[in-house]
Amino acid sequence: MLVGVGPLGGITLLAASSDPATSRPQGPRGRAGKDFDGRGILASLSRGSLSVINRMGDGGTERMGVPQRTPEAQARGMGRGSGQVIRVRALRKAYGTKAALDGVDLDVDRGEVVALLGPNGAGKTTTVEVLEGFRSRTAGEVAVLDEDPEHGSRAWRARIGVVLQDLGSFDELRVREVVRHWSHFLADPLDPDEVIELVALSDKAGSLGKTLSGGQRRRLDVAVGLVGRPELLFLDEPTTGLDPEARRAVWDLIGRLTALGTTVLLTSHLLDEVEALADRVLVIVDGRVVAAGTPRTLGGRSDAQAVVAFDRPTSDRPLPSEVTGSPVEVDGRRCRITTDRPTAVVAGLSAWAGAAELPGLTVSRPTLEDVYLSLVAHRELAGAGR
Amino acid sequence: MTTTLTGTQELKRGVLALGLERGFLEIKQQIRNKQALFFTLLFPVMLLVLFGAIFGGGKVEGTNVELRQVFIAGIIASGVMSASFSSLAIGIALERDEGMLKRLAVTPMPKAAYFLGKLVMTMALSIAELVVMLAVGVLLYGLDLPATATKWLTLVWVLVLGNLSCSLLGIAYSRLARNGRSAAAVVQPPYIALQFISGVFFVFSNLSKPLQTVAAIFPLKWMAQGMRSVFLPDSFARVEPAGSWEQPRVALVLGAWTVGAFVLCTLTWRWQKDGR
Repeated sequence: MLVGVGPLGGITLLAASSDPATSRPQGPRGRAGKDFDGRGILASLSRGSLSVINRMGDGGTERMGVPQRTPEAQARGMGRGSGQVIRVRALRKAYGTKAALDGVDLDVDRGEVVALLGPNGAGKTTTVEVLEGFRSRTAGEVAVLDEDPEHGSRAWRARIGVVLQDLGSFDELRVREVVRHWSHFLADPLDPDEVIELVALSDKAGSLGKTLSGGQRRRLDVAVGLVGRPELLFLDEPTTGLDPEARRAVWDLIGRLTALGTTVLLTSHLLDEVEALADRVLVIVDGRVVAAGTPRTLGGRSDAQAVVAFDRPTSDRPLPSEVTGSPVEVDGRRCRITTDRPTAVVAGLSAWAGAAELPGLTVSRPTLEDVYLSLVAHRELAGAGR
Repeated sequence: MTTTLTGTQELKRGVLALGLERGFLEIKQQIRNKQALFFTLLFPVMLLVLFGAIFGGGKVEGTNVELRQVFIAGIIASGVMSASFSSLAIGIALERDEGMLKRLAVTPMPKAAYFLGKLVMTMALSIAELVVMLAVGVLLYGLDLPATATKWLTLVWVLVLGNLSCSLLGIAYSRLARNGRSAAAVVQPPYIALQFISGVFFVFSNLSKPLQTVAAIFPLKWMAQGMRSVFLPDSFARVEPAGSWEQPRVALVLGAWTVGAFVLCTLTWRWQKDGR
């Protein structure tokens, strides 16, 4: 993956989020923005934020087909007050002597999209289930929307939306029947038909659940999670098992919701998903948070050394042993220069090559995947040594 | 715990309305799964035809009552148990295994609505079962429909109490199945064993005393006895172990099981399979 020389930033453990308008380098791209007009429902999702919709209508705040949140939208917190939505301190969950979660801290502010990233079995789902009030905890403090989830009231449940994994399917019910029924759990739900339109299932509204494809089922799951107009939405692996097109459709949907300030806690092991959707990432391995930051800065990614690489030209011209102070490593025809100053190195190379084009020239920094894999590998080695 | 909600987010529908809505959706799902519905309703009919063929038109010793009339009453009772106990124990184990229960548990739906919906569904299934059995009994086996209002009333309360107690037992029993695949295997043995010792296929008083004692612990024996009091002539009552229909006792035992099974449900219920 090629990236430019971005603003520098270090590991920001549990830091407050950066500006959402700049920390979302790429929203989900796709045609979905043209598929249907979800603006009416988006407006009703967040009563009181119509001005935001109008702004979106100006086209000024849409990028790549996905509405981007304006700082105002986030600050306004959808007209429901602001502040912290999730606060977790020293969360511990043990089964016998084995700790599934071992001191997790987590803060999520209103309007943020925070992703929990980690290998299978790392504790992501356990964390989410504790936050949903579905599992008791062994120790630690947890507040979700100012309530302890273990004693979450029904009124509290009405304020959260949950899209879990392995939920079973509505084989013998029609899409519209399911969403309507779910909407009856609340006094102030969204219009079921509009929710169905929002998840792009309108032409399947009369179909039985068993006739839906995997992607359509997942979108029905999302519809059911949304119909209660939640302030906080839990998305546990929302696109696992979906084909790329269906995945884009779900991403687009999530992008539309977050554009209006719905707070989202996402778990995923898909790095592109996290990069596309999240303001902030926490990497969980072995029940601990091993790193946190924006997708751009995670693990010191943005100020890590860059690698300038190129293929040695066929000419006999001798290679420089170093360019602007950085040594050149040669591996067959491939040459690599690791540097803090990639721009200067490229300029130096350019001078060395004269007018010639350097074949295969790349400037790269660690991808999110590189960072993540090194975090996980490091942690697992440490775990094995214990 | 205080809530910061405005008044707008209270439930629009009460437990009763939601429970009924769930019941109708449950019934819809049952009807749409035509294959399962067909075999659920026709299994007791098959038993009836089979036992009718095996035992022929013989009469119960010392009475003027045909043996097959005895087991029509018994199979109606066991059909109610199948529609309530078996269908819920298996169905809920599957829903728990698949995660459907978890899906419901994270909603603000009042939990009682779920159980109410199940009870509505099993009641409908039991009534459908009863209608099919009565039709076959009347058309093929010369079964007489209850002649008096009192007998119809008895049919109603035996059906309701029998269905309630067995449904609640089924809900509690669903916990024993570790996963959806094993559910049927875990649920069928007690159901089949009870059928043999509760006077469904055989005249109850002909069973050995120890078997009678064991059967008398469980609801099926009492439900079958209640059904016999509805469908058999009163002269048959003297063949019963107590020499009478013991209707108050039938009501008492089924009522006690309803209460006991309800308590058992509240103690053992889990919305997710690993229950950790």
